[in-house]
Amino acid sequence: MNAIAVAADNTRSVIIEREFPHPPEKVWRALTQRELLNDWMMPNDFQAVVGHRFEFRTQPVANWDGVVAGEVLEVQPHTRLAYRWGVGADSPGAIISVVTLTLTPTAKGTHLRLEQSGFRPDQERNYQGANYGWQRFLGGLEKLLARIE
Amino acid sequence: MRTAASATLFKALGDPTRRALFERLSRDGELNVRVLTDQAGVSQPAVSKHLGVLKQAGLVRHRRDGRETFYCAEPKALAPLVDWMGYYGAFWQERFDKLEDLLKRMDQ
Repeated sequence: MNAIAVAADNTRSVIIEREFPHPPEKVWRALTQRELLNDWMMPNDFQAVVGHRFEFRTQPVANWDGVVAGEVLEVQPHTRLAYRWGVGADSPGAIISVVTLTLTPTAKGTHLRLEQSGFRPDQERNYQGANYGWQRFLGGLEKLLARIE
Repeated sequence: MRTAASATLFKALGDPTRRALFERLSRDGELNVRVLTDQAGVSQPAVSKHLGVLKQAGLVRHRRDGRETFYCAEPKALAPLVDWMGYYGAFWQERFDKLEDLLKRMDQ
């Protein structure tokens, strides 16, 4: 599932939800252990300790030097993890958001909800992505609007 | 200027009545204020005010024909929002795919 939200203060968030057929304890390890994060996220120096500052580093691409500067904000083992997500921290156009991961045990395993929030509307740089043409736009408009809640 | 325009866009879409007006115009094409008011559930002055905000955000444009004002949608103005959603939606979906793959391998 994939959704976008526009909050009253004009910040926005993207929400991704998925169920994994694995227990929360195991998913938690994948979310918090450095070598496992290295596997599915990016090379990093992460530690699940509140206040710990870390970096995710990957190949630079257009409009991004490949560095995410983070700080751990919340650690509730097997339940909830939140960290600051800073892109372009040294530049005037710094983009700061918060990534919150919530784990809920289910009959089949774990429901994982990711919310990335706190973007300001002026964070234009972060919009860099696919080039959407008119046609695709019109075709997806109804679906898009249904998701803007 | 782009920054200011973007802020206006998100403010404009933050209101459900405005989103409904924009969606209606996107679906039905050009409509006048009276027709829009009939289904908006708010007064004509309120509809006009909302249309003004949408117009400022570039989401609608208008045309005068005698005493009537017709509005139509400019979905192109949504580009920043769609790009943003596409970027982060794709980014995290891809990471979750990798996470799923990793979790499978952790079993072994």
